[in-house]
Amino acid sequence: MTDDHELRVSKIQNGTVIDHVAGGQALNVLAILGIDGTRGETVSVGMNVPSDRLGRKDIVKVEGRELSQSEVDVLSLIAPAASINIVRDYEVVEKNRVVRPDVVSGIISCPNRNCISNADEPIHARFTVLSDGVRCDYCDTIVREDEVAANLNVN
Amino acid sequence: MRQDHLISATDLSREDIEAVLDRAAEIDANPAAFRQQHAGKVLGLCFFEPSTRTRMSFDTAMKRLGGQTVDMGPVESSSVKKGETLADTVRVVEGYADSLVLRHPSEGAAKMASEFVDVPLINAGDGAGQHPSQTLLDLYTIRENAGLDDLTIGIMGDLKYGRTVHSLAEALTNFDARQHFISPESLRLPRNVRYDLHASGSQVKEHTELDEILPSLDVLYVTRIQRERFPDENEYLKVAGEYQIDAETLESASDDLTIMHPLPRVDEISSDIDDTDHATYFEQAHNGIPVRMALLDLLLTQDR
Repeated sequence: MTDDHELRVSKIQNGTVIDHVAGGQALNVLAILGIDGTRGETVSVGMNVPSDRLGRKDIVKVEGRELSQSEVDVLSLIAPAASINIVRDYEVVEKNRVVRPDVVSGIISCPNRNCISNADEPIHARFTVLSDGVRCDYCDTIVREDEVAANLNVN
Repeated sequence: MRQDHLISATDLSREDIEAVLDRAAEIDANPAAFRQQHAGKVLGLCFFEPSTRTRMSFDTAMKRLGGQTVDMGPVESSSVKKGETLADTVRVVEGYADSLVLRHPSEGAAKMASEFVDVPLINAGDGAGQHPSQTLLDLYTIRENAGLDDLTIGIMGDLKYGRTVHSLAEALTNFDARQHFISPESLRLPRNVRYDLHASGSQVKEHTELDEILPSLDVLYVTRIQRERFPDENEYLKVAGEYQIDAETLESASDDLTIMHPLPRVDEISSDIDDTDHATYFEQAHNGIPVRMALLDLLLTQDR
């Protein structure tokens, strides 16, 4: 972490800092994680913060909640460079990168309106993760990395 | 066959394909030997879309193996009209049958249905997705007429929505086949099929005109361009006319060229080709019986 963003977004005591999110994706990160503030947690969002690595990056801080690796791995689809910092008593005690999962389910909708996953059937859309996108397990439609955010099945 | 179901041509290895084609050849040579092979077994036919030849050929194939069929009938008179999900329909029908054949207008329907049943399920067409049993009879026809290795094949017409095209192109990646795809720009192969062909390292070329590659082809597989794919009637007429063939078109073709079509055709193959040695589409349709008998035989007899 650079000192730069520390000046802009206050430190948290306990919780999770998701850093190095691609600029403009912070709200999608929150949406994927199902964090909408209704549970009372303190959430800080920095958008388009200057970054050496990404030019501009977003940063998300969630107070009082430690996100598990499996919870955050799905972020790799929209924020592959993200790093996850678990903070306890103002100190980073764990620092992880997001790892691409093999399969994602229930998070992305299939953009093919004629796919059975968009019909009224008792299933969730499920995608196999490729190196540069995801592929619908039902109809084989490929969603490229830059199209994933537009097909998030959130809210 | 090591498959529980037949959903997509991408599930088929060369070994799987050859097992079906070899069995089909045995059946072709001696159909009487298979006449009671599956006596007492029942095949469930679930067609959520109109079908003539696929439905009839599965029906005939099962009966020629000594088995019987139950047919859910047209959608209009079934519980689907009452709002039943596909998942529920197949879970009910699997209790009536030893294997199911499913055709459905939605892509991925067969894949989903297979997750809800324990009996073998065969995809007989899912929207613009896949039609793998058609592919097996296509491959059988190609093997009989031109051979499956060192093959140069042209696949022409509606490559975007043509499920027989998708399945055939995927299956041919198991063989030493050079695939040429001929279509208008707007009906090129979909992204997922191009992705798989590229990943397989197959020799693939895309064209907008047949002339440039016709002389090099061993097989020309023609498909119908559907009017409803074009918003404008004039645009359809202009495009469709460029992908029709007649005896004159074939002047530059090899004498041994095999012409195939999954049928039904409208006007993409002129009737003046029907009496030439090139025309193989009726033989191809007839091959549906031994190939579907072979497929059912293998799926119904494997240890489950």
